[in-house]
Amino acid sequence: MTNAWTDIKNTDLVVIMGGNAAEAHPCGFKWVTEAKANRGAKLIVVDPRYNRSASVADFYAPIRQGSDIVFLMALINHCISHDKVQWDYVKPFTNASFVVREGYGYQDGLFTGYDEEKRDYNRDSWEYEIGPDGYAVVDETLQNPRCVWNLLKQHVAIYTPEMVERVCGTPKDAFLKVAEMVAECSTPTKTMTSMYALGWTQHSKGAQNIRGMAMLQLILGNIGVRGGGMNALRGHSNIQGLTDLGLMSNLIPGYLNIPTQKEPDFTTYMSTRAFKPLRPNQTSYWQNYRKFFVSFMKSMYGPAATKENDWAYSYLPKLDVASYDVLRVFDMMKQGKVNLYFCQGFNPLQAFPDKGKLAAGLAKLKMLVIMDPLETETARFWEDHGTFNKVSPADIKTEVIQLPTTCFAEDEGSLVNSGRWLQWHWPGGSPPGEAKTDIWIMAQIHLRLKELYKKEGGAFPDPIVNLNWSYKDPGEPTPEELAKEMNGSVLVDVFDPADPTKKILEAGKQLSGFGQMRDDGTTAGGCWIFSGCWTEAGNMMARRDNSDPGDAGMFLKWSFSWPANRRVLYNRASCDLDGKPWDPSRKLIEWDGAKWTGYDVPDIAPTAKPRDVGPFIMNPEGTSRLWVRKMMRDGPFPVHYEPFESPVANVIAPKIRGNPVARVFKDDWKSFADIGDPNFPYAGTSYRLTEHFHYWTKNNHVNSVLQPEQFVEISEELAKEKGIALGGWVRVWSKRGELYAKAVVTKRIKPMTIDGKTVHIVGVPIHWGFVGSARKGFPANTLTPFVGDANIETPEFKAFMVNIEPSTGPVVA
Amino acid sequence: MNMELSRRTFLKTTGAGLAGTTLGAFGFSEAEAAVAADVKPFHLVNTTEARNTCTYCSVACGIIIYSKGDLRKGEKADIVHIEGDADHPTNRGTLCPKGAALRDIVKSPTRLTQPMIRKAGSNTFEAISWDAALDKIARAMKDDRDANFVATNSDGVTVNRWLTTGFLAASATTNETAFATYKVVRSTGILAFDNQARV
Repeated sequence: MTNAWTDIKNTDLVVIMGGNAAEAHPCGFKWVTEAKANRGAKLIVVDPRYNRSASVADFYAPIRQGSDIVFLMALINHCISHDKVQWDYVKPFTNASFVVREGYGYQDGLFTGYDEEKRDYNRDSWEYEIGPDGYAVVDETLQNPRCVWNLLKQHVAIYTPEMVERVCGTPKDAFLKVAEMVAECSTPTKTMTSMYALGWTQHSKGAQNIRGMAMLQLILGNIGVRGGGMNALRGHSNIQGLTDLGLMSNLIPGYLNIPTQKEPDFTTYMSTRAFKPLRPNQTSYWQNYRKFFVSFMKSMYGPAATKENDWAYSYLPKLDVASYDVLRVFDMMKQGKVNLYFCQGFNPLQAFPDKGKLAAGLAKLKMLVIMDPLETETARFWEDHGTFNKVSPADIKTEVIQLPTTCFAEDEGSLVNSGRWLQWHWPGGSPPGEAKTDIWIMAQIHLRLKELYKKEGGAFPDPIVNLNWSYKDPGEPTPEELAKEMNGSVLVDVFDPADPTKKILEAGKQLSGFGQMRDDGTTAGGCWIFSGCWTEAGNMMARRDNSDPGDAGMFLKWSFSWPANRRVLYNRASCDLDGKPWDPSRKLIEWDGAKWTGYDVPDIAPTAKPRDVGPFIMNPEGTSRLWVRKMMRDGPFPVHYEPFESPVANVIAPKIRGNPVARVFKDDWKSFADIGDPNFPYAGTSYRLTEHFHYWTKNNHVNSVLQPEQFVEISEELAKEKGIALGGWVRVWSKRGELYAKAVVTKRIKPMTIDGKTVHIVGVPIHWGFVGSARKGFPANTLTPFVGDANIETPEFKAFMVNIEPSTGPVVA
Repeated sequence: MNMELSRRTFLKTTGAGLAGTTLGAFGFSEAEAAVAADVKPFHLVNTTEARNTCTYCSVACGIIIYSKGDLRKGEKADIVHIEGDADHPTNRGTLCPKGAALRDIVKSPTRLTQPMIRKAGSNTFEAISWDAALDKIARAMKDDRDANFVATNSDGVTVNRWLTTGFLAASATTNETAFATYKVVRSTGILAFDNQARV
């Protein structure tokens, strides 16, 4: 989230599209209710189902899953063509005026540089024109036909209300009603917020769905302001933290990158990370990249990371592909290329697409190690559960080691919420039986491995034996030690270069923030964006002062928010060019003539003069981006692509199947139903229920009583057509697998007309499996296709094709 | 902070005394006093409190865990109740149907309590000691890493990667757990490293 849960009360219009906050984030949704009750805010819900959020909305519009970009681009088209643009924001604060290089173009669903063979673009033409002064060329009059604004106008022209009706199935008048309500927020004193979740991410073009809304929010001037923003409702309690800390194939904590094999040495690695400003006076904060990287390496390798060895750069593995994300790894597993696999609090057999393929992969492992507080299907993938998990244990040679861990109630530490607050918690109970903390387990594995390498030698032991592990008890580092390490500390006294008698940093002290990090090995810090979380003043994450000056919803003294305790990202943009709040009644910060002050920590240098320095300090432009240069694999603007399984061909680019640069593994093409395949005529989608949390709460008796049994949702029309009774058994199947469930026949889902064709929707809640207190059932991933988003490989769980028939229920073995 | 006597603890400990005096002030008869004496004491009396966060979604509602026994005194603590934290700015004491049932996930009969191993081809888990399990894991990692570590690629570039072992990290563990995990996993050269954010 750019903003915080408590900030939603400040909004005038909530758009829930790509999520269902009332169902999945009920206590956060209360801030929507607050805004409605106290500010007269309105709520719009756009979703294939009339869901729980829709039931309290001021306006609901149906949409076919997988067509969001058409809807979003049409909203942008509407705002542009009706002059509902916050010009005083768009002109100085976005890259609307930047001129794009000659040679860039877009036609029939493809940008310049497409290579069909590689399913990839050469993106070199997707850049700004650079002037003789070395800066990007801009045209503040917006007359240049190649400036971003004119390219955008041209790009969205095809996305009309008629196109929305044809592709999304949203009636034209419903779309126009939404467009009018949204367009009202283009004034400086009206604000809209976007609340989205996996309904947008779980598509083969998920990242572009989100960009589409971000662009609209910029055009309306709603980024950086109270009650505005792009608010990703993260799913799990610390999924934000795990992402921030870079527990991913290609990341280093704080959104730094693991090198690729094209960057064999540190100099080459840094050569593409200069982040030179693209306009005069701009901050381009990533220019500090080297400080964050070196401090991280000092935290990892301590004295073994030296200037002479390029801070142990060779210790980092080098990538040969974009990432070894989980889809790639399960594909490798199925080919027999993976021997050992660890699952820490994760149940991949239920959580990734195409359960059959996942199970085949797990069966090829030599060893599977599970660390979990609870029983999971993954830990028991080899166990025969008849129709729910039909396997022959004798044929599965994988050794499985299952380790019991503590849960939240038994451990201490911090979690990052969706609004980037790092909140500390304390244990309340003793662990059951022999359960241990994950920290203890990881430490024990490390110490044993280190011992083996010391004793026996072996393949490149250096990064293991030299890992900085200087904890008081190496067998179990404390949360306090680890938190302080992430914050960072001074390793060597640092003196003022201008006055060598003046000590500016003292060895052994905690850093006060990332501004103190240095690239000469004198500071260490595990995760620069968390710096400030545990300073010399103590544990800032444990702060519990819930005062809220100005009733702004910021709560600066409650816990710690990254970065730098800032609650609203880009908050400099809450003021006009001269530093005055767009809406004085919703002030966040303002320029007092000498410095920035207000209710939030300014997202700009405190004394940076308003007209000199742009508000988007992370970007070398100093502005936000309506056009993202070459930063996304599938294009600088979003384009509508159909899901890989779709009831219709792509209306705007009929020859293109799915997202043209999404990665598809060779064997998986044949597991997709053809476009318009009569064997799989119904558009399936998956979602959560408020009583359950993924596959965890079926281990909880209370939640299992509340929602004991699997069901699917279909319309009355489809039920009639197929002879399916309310509460009757059905079989649902895709080209990959099948499930049996009870039918909920409901008015909440209606058939849609897509490009002249009637399309029925089948809704599949995800929560069932063969472990726990609830009745046995089938996970939704028995049905879903093995393909991910083109940029970040999030699986396409939200749009796939199925068939359905009445049934007598599963045959229980 | 949670060490201090909170507003709640204060109300709770004084509550019983207030009830007694109020009964007397209203002039209840002996029969009514007998009934009052028969009423079970408030179930959170003599529990310890810990401030915590709901383990499910990222709204991160504040919760208070009530236990019999005090971990801070080195005692065993048995969780008897979990409720919303009224002081928390986001949830202001409220919880959803999942958060309201948190105690029962902590106490679930399917909580794991000891290390187990399922041997190749077996149809059951059997118990194993922590030491034996961890030794087995470390041995398997060392053998696989030594056999499959890629020090240089075909162009002779140093790449120091290990691709035959993978690690899938959690989504509800603490930052501190995540950082310790990061250090251990990354130091081995593992690239097949991912977490729940992917889905």
